[in-house]
Amino acid sequence: MPKLNGGQIIIESLKKENVDVVFGYPGGAVINLYDALFSSSLKHYLGRHEQGVIHAADGYARSTGKVGVCIATSGPGGTNLVTGLATAQMDSVPIVAFTGQVPSSLIGKDAFQEADITGISLPITKHNFLVTDIKDLPRTIKEAFYIARTGRPGPVLIDLAKDVTQAEMEFEYPDSIDLPGYRPTFEGHKLQINKAAKAINSAKKPLLYVGGGAVISGADQEIRALVEKAKIPITTTLMGLGIYPEDKELALEMLGMHGTQYANLATTEADLLIAVGARFDDRVTGKLDEFAADADIVQIDIDPAEIGKNVDVTVPIVGDIKTVLNELLPHIDEKEMGEWQQRIKELKEKYPLKYEDDGSEVIKPQYVMEEIDKFTDGDATIVTEVGQHQMWAAQFHKYQKPRQFLTSGGLGTMGYGLPAAIGAQIGQPDEKVILIAGDGSIQMNLQELGTAQTYNIPIKVLIFNNNYLGMVRQWQEFFFDKRYASTKIPAPDFIKMADAYGIWAKRVEKKSELDAALKEAMEHNGPVVLDIKIPEEENVYPMVPAGAGLKDMIGG
Amino acid sequence: MTHILSVSVLNKPGVLTRVAGLFSRRNFNIESLNVGKTENPEISRMTIVVHGDEKTLEQVTKQLHKLINVLKIKELDQNQIVERDLILIRVKCTRKQRSEIIQIADTFRAQIVDVAADSLMIEATGTQDKLEALTELLRDFGIAEFVRTGIVALSRGQAVER
Repeated sequence: MPKLNGGQIIIESLKKENVDVVFGYPGGAVINLYDALFSSSLKHYLGRHEQGVIHAADGYARSTGKVGVCIATSGPGGTNLVTGLATAQMDSVPIVAFTGQVPSSLIGKDAFQEADITGISLPITKHNFLVTDIKDLPRTIKEAFYIARTGRPGPVLIDLAKDVTQAEMEFEYPDSIDLPGYRPTFEGHKLQINKAAKAINSAKKPLLYVGGGAVISGADQEIRALVEKAKIPITTTLMGLGIYPEDKELALEMLGMHGTQYANLATTEADLLIAVGARFDDRVTGKLDEFAADADIVQIDIDPAEIGKNVDVTVPIVGDIKTVLNELLPHIDEKEMGEWQQRIKELKEKYPLKYEDDGSEVIKPQYVMEEIDKFTDGDATIVTEVGQHQMWAAQFHKYQKPRQFLTSGGLGTMGYGLPAAIGAQIGQPDEKVILIAGDGSIQMNLQELGTAQTYNIPIKVLIFNNNYLGMVRQWQEFFFDKRYASTKIPAPDFIKMADAYGIWAKRVEKKSELDAALKEAMEHNGPVVLDIKIPEEENVYPMVPAGAGLKDMIGG
Repeated sequence: MTHILSVSVLNKPGVLTRVAGLFSRRNFNIESLNVGKTENPEISRMTIVVHGDEKTLEQVTKQLHKLINVLKIKELDQNQIVERDLILIRVKCTRKQRSEIIQIADTFRAQIVDVAADSLMIEATGTQDKLEALTELLRDFGIAEFVRTGIVALSRGQAVER
């Protein structure tokens, strides 16, 4: 058997893991790996900053369900990955990140471009490895992919001492995994499933509360079956959007701080809450004591640590959501629409999502989202940055399918959207990928326009431009007497800037110009930037102030 | 409420940091943590004493289980264990006080391990209560310095039926 060097071994291992796309940025400590990439069949996308590189891998992973792979060099290369790792960890996104490390003989000597990236990334990865011996390399890669994609997925980092990628040995990829400390539970406990079925069958006012875990598990068909068989109304978290079509009768859309009034009121009135792959985040629950206070709680999650973390649970089930729901469904009684479903209908009619539109040429951001929904038949992949635009995108677009809405939920990473949209488009070349950005967020990883241009990635970048860091400004308006400390943020001329990158761009200032601009943007064969001027002091409604109960909403 | 956890971990680099880091970032209070090899060279055993209510303990256990290198976690029933703690105490003492201190040490089955002109060093093992009682008695003489290992513990074997 011919000998391969460490770089080549990584390439061959990636092929064994069915990886065909990697995102990366070269440097001294990974130069051997790049040399091996140069003559390989893997498609490598060069970003403009390591943060952009890992968010692209994240967007790729979220849109395809596959493991995203990225490469960065030692020292600053690794430290620039940190925000991306934390983003992926919070939202359970499978990523394998390779970082270069100084040669093993120099580790700990403050060598050039040395940083203890396994130490730094310890709390923000699912697991990490430092490889200092080429003999450990294939097994480590195998374990990394297995850990990243199974159980509750997450990012795994492999730090590679430079001499490991230089050394040579005969390549053999292990067939099996031996991780005695890592055995995720997939099947639900029979007894618990029976208890859950009983609770669901006897509930008068059941409500499904579904999060990102259901998307990850690929359980949209099972969720749909459960909703339709037992006529259970369903609300989703930000991460769960699209798990059930939002234009359906029993869909209550998003709950929580900026959720719909009807979702929040239904949560308050429910007598049984069925939490599926959701983690009772503070942005969802508001004041914990008042959250679903009249309801028993059934919680299904693959991560036992999520069960009972924030609220007491009546019937906990640990397991893979798709598997558990398939076990549960035969025990569920078929039901007709009744009083509760009628009440849901009333709530939806009485408290619709709304915004003011005076019929002038002012472009309301909510209106833009509705227009995008129309233009794309609700079928496009919507990626967002973080802030007001993210919430409008969540509220005023009806999501139809899972993995259609990609956003940094848990960490709330501004700068996530642009590179993630690029990654999502690379993963799904035939999908329409639209980035909804704010003028603040887009400036955090603006350099990735270069990546979009280089590879002619046809993402449509829509900047909702209000000259403010709008979400913080909104809080300052409500809670700090309009003292807009450091939230007025200057931006470059986005049109000139896009032009400098060779990207087609257009400014939209009047409502009557919007449709034509959207049409042109969608039809353009390549990346596009639309700079859409929206009112400076538009607010996101409804809103549950931090720490208040869900029924105490402002506006809407 | 104090809980004693016996945690088996794979002897990989960084495993102690992973466990200790978990406690600090999840805001759990750790009273002592002891780590040492076991009968299997690939496995180490940590004895961790934590403070907290049942809910905290449940979260500690579940979060520990998520660490890839953690194999097994057992909360030890404090009525069914043998626990030991080791202490080294250097006590200030004059020539006249020496015999008195040695007597105290004998009572606690402690060893004198170093004798100097103006101090004695005592080594003792036992339960936390015993070591605290010993420390209290010696405090009158003036403790120059002391160090404790923290608890190590194992469950007792099955009772033999006669």
